[in-house]
Amino acid sequence: MTDSRYETRSAEVEGPTDAGLGSSRALRLPSALRSLQALGPWARIGIAAALAVVLIGVFLTIDLGGAWQYILRRRSMTVLTMVLVGSAIGMATVGFQTITHNRILTPSVMGFDALFMMVVTVTIVMFGAARIQQAEDWTVFAIQAAVMMIVSTALYGWLLIGARRALHVLLLVGIILGVLLRSLISFIQRLLDPNEFQVLEDMSFASFNLTTVPALATAVVLLGIGIAVLLRLHRVLDVMALGRDLAVGLGIPYQRIQMLVLIAVTLLVSAATALAGPTTFFGLLVAHMAYATVASEKHRHTLPMAAVMSVIALVGGQLILERVLGFATALSVVVDFAGGLLFILLLIRKKGL
Amino acid sequence: MIICDGVTKRYGTTTVVDDVRLLIQTGGLTSIIGPNGAGKSTLLSMMARLLTMDGGRVSVDGLDVAATDSAVLARRLAILRQDNHLDIRLTVRDLVAFGRYPHSKGRPTIEDRVHVDRALDYMDMGHLADRFLDELSGGQRQRAFVAMTLAQDTEYILLDEPLNNLDMPHGVAMMSVLQRAAKELGKTVVVVIHDINFASAYSDRIIAMREGRVIEQGTPAEIVTPPVMQEVYGLTVDVVEHGGHPFALYFHASAVRPTDEAEAAPSGQETGRVR
Amino acid sequence: MTARALPVVPRRERTANAAALIACAAAVAVLAACSLAVGVGRLSLSDPAASWDLISQSRLPRTVALILAGAAMAICGVVMQMLTRNRFVEPSTAGTTESAAFGLLIATLVAPGLPIWAKMLFGTAAAVAGTALFISILRAVPMRNVLIVPLIGLMLGGIISSVTTFIAYQGNLSQGLGAWMSADLSGVVKGRYEMLWLLALVVIAVWIMADRFTVAGLGEDFTTNLGLNHRRVMTIGLSLVALATSVVVIIVGAIPFLGLIVPNIVALFIGDNIRRAIPWVAFLGSGIVLACDIVGRLVRYPYEVPLGVVMGIAGSLIFLILLLKRSTPVD
Repeated sequence: MTDSRYETRSAEVEGPTDAGLGSSRALRLPSALRSLQALGPWARIGIAAALAVVLIGVFLTIDLGGAWQYILRRRSMTVLTMVLVGSAIGMATVGFQTITHNRILTPSVMGFDALFMMVVTVTIVMFGAARIQQAEDWTVFAIQAAVMMIVSTALYGWLLIGARRALHVLLLVGIILGVLLRSLISFIQRLLDPNEFQVLEDMSFASFNLTTVPALATAVVLLGIGIAVLLRLHRVLDVMALGRDLAVGLGIPYQRIQMLVLIAVTLLVSAATALAGPTTFFGLLVAHMAYATVASEKHRHTLPMAAVMSVIALVGGQLILERVLGFATALSVVVDFAGGLLFILLLIRKKGL
Repeated sequence: MIICDGVTKRYGTTTVVDDVRLLIQTGGLTSIIGPNGAGKSTLLSMMARLLTMDGGRVSVDGLDVAATDSAVLARRLAILRQDNHLDIRLTVRDLVAFGRYPHSKGRPTIEDRVHVDRALDYMDMGHLADRFLDELSGGQRQRAFVAMTLAQDTEYILLDEPLNNLDMPHGVAMMSVLQRAAKELGKTVVVVIHDINFASAYSDRIIAMREGRVIEQGTPAEIVTPPVMQEVYGLTVDVVEHGGHPFALYFHASAVRPTDEAEAAPSGQETGRVR
Repeated sequence: MTARALPVVPRRERTANAAALIACAAAVAVLAACSLAVGVGRLSLSDPAASWDLISQSRLPRTVALILAGAAMAICGVVMQMLTRNRFVEPSTAGTTESAAFGLLIATLVAPGLPIWAKMLFGTAAAVAGTALFISILRAVPMRNVLIVPLIGLMLGGIISSVTTFIAYQGNLSQGLGAWMSADLSGVVKGRYEMLWLLALVVIAVWIMADRFTVAGLGEDFTTNLGLNHRRVMTIGLSLVALATSVVVIIVGAIPFLGLIVPNIVALFIGDNIRRAIPWVAFLGSGIVLACDIVGRLVRYPYEVPLGVVMGIAGSLIFLILLLKRSTPVD
């Protein structure tokens, strides 16, 4: 029975996935697992999405209590932010890893978040905290995003695209760049007038004040553009994943696509950082969760799966930490811990480094 | 036909390919031979726009390689470099299907499927189509990549050291398939190859390079001769004929001129760059 | 490179070296004098008693702390680079600093009343354990590239750090942790820095043992062949580094990348002879830290930018330059 299923599946052009893997291992696995293994990518994404929806439902309704309308509205806002940020980071990481041809580099590890925070700090210093406070949230954010586009494409275009550097150099450069930028940010903060510094502190990065509807809408638009670009390019990205030589040989305008994806990734990371602050290892973690579960190398599968996995990780992680274990807002610490472990594992396992 | 006109490539002060003028006629199998550091692979990569040129131009059927839309070129010319390492886990069929990208842009039609199956059969990979590449032997994987270039269905197929990492039987099988592709399918196949005798046995034409320059070109009978071998490799060799092909017996040959200098420059520069 | 490492140095070169070294020491002395002179409180000749009070209570301890911490952290870098034979290893790229902070935190949580030296011992023990873990990872996995080593060290540090942050958060000790993880000398006054003199002992010990560390770095077989106990030399080296790191973390706060950049800069100029390099490394380490601290005190006068922030910028910037210079693009 299993065999016939594999035959029909392998006859499809659309069914690349795990036929070979399944047939070699199927005999040893219990039947429940075997049928799970035989699931196609879309079924897997569907299951994951269902899990995400259930988690969101639980998150929204658990312990609602008396002021339920107020709490529900606040939680919906949180969930919306989590979904936006999660899908942005998940997809951005997958796209970024494809154009840089490895699964260790992520935008955050390369210092994208820190760069955006730097841009935010500099704009606040340049325009003055008072004027920033008066201005509409969304104009400030739009300016910051625009500046970020220019700076990041220049910097990372030079670092990643112009010259081909060895992977370990890039990794180390990215990490040290992050340290440099964070030090610069705290330096600039100290240079401010103590009153201004207070304003900056208040506009804490951990949850940047995009609570107004226009600001949130701006972020959503930027995220939408970034995600649309990546999804539109999914077939090209499949070819890009073969490596530069094969991709060029198959007629892909290689550098142009790299640049385009880089721009989309910048948009996504900027908007996500503005909404939720920096997240060093989150992207790495969810991208690998997606690769491990989707059983396909096609971007029409990996991109959505990365988004769904991000939502599961964010909402589920928050639920477990807050409701089950009773810890307050320590998700980022847990992500750093797990992400760091995964990173070392990848470094050690990675062949050819 | 492929025309190279004054093609040059430099790394720093070292000139790897030096003012190469070349005409590769349509049809048949052409081998590019030469010692290490002769610039064979670099020349091939520039013909296929994988590397930019520092001088000169290459045209394929009148299309300037540097100026033509890469996608247009991909329907006319396929290139396979050596040591193709993939970070992602693909089945053989997935990989070969990528060869259809220039035609279908990732939306495979029935015709594409026919091409993929034909390429798989041609390389005798049909029974392995649903295996993952990382489960295959080196020779099988190499055949899968060649099947991909066949599926690309181009007039020209350029292969850089297709015999690399293949043992003797697999090498023979690979060259026979390429020869058949040239004869039966009317492809123009250009290979960079190390072993002069493989080149002699299967090629219609041989291009001999040394130190970035084309030294001689012609039929195997014209190239595999003691004087040309002497000039290209700096080795005194005997040439015998067997089955209509000349073969160079280079074992125990006396090296008159050590070829070190040809190697020293690029490799020295490479270590300089790696550090 | 090998020519430079030969033990016999021509006399003229030796005197030139000594002269340069004296010039370097003089530069550090000038910086130290500046450090004594710079600050919010005013020194005046008309009130010598108050001025002396200011200097002896605050400025002098601070300056001494800077000199000792700078020299010791730079030397720690040299020792770790010798033992691991890797140019990019130092306490903050090997998990040592983070482990020390972890140990200090645990000590503070478990026994808040412990005297500071006992906490320091706790920190040292944790730092030894963390660094040993790092080295055993390196042993277990063949490293194909020098840069993988600091990458793994940085990540290990990150992991330890996240555990520490988590515990600190639960135990309401985040603020204290912040002080350990980033150098700030505004709190260094008389009575709160004396333990730093231990660092002088560490520096001297390293100088005496320098050759043994070099040999140990060449591998276990090589060391045994020369009649040295490899394990013992490694343990001594790591303990010295751990002790110094722990002392610096608890009193001054971590100084990022100092141990990495100083030995690399020194090697650029005088090569790899360790014994010859050590005084240079010590002076340069002190000099850089003094300069950074003075900048931090002046740039936003009368407020102060902590040393950790200034060093974070200078250290990572120089690290980046070293990295990018080393690795010209592949193609």
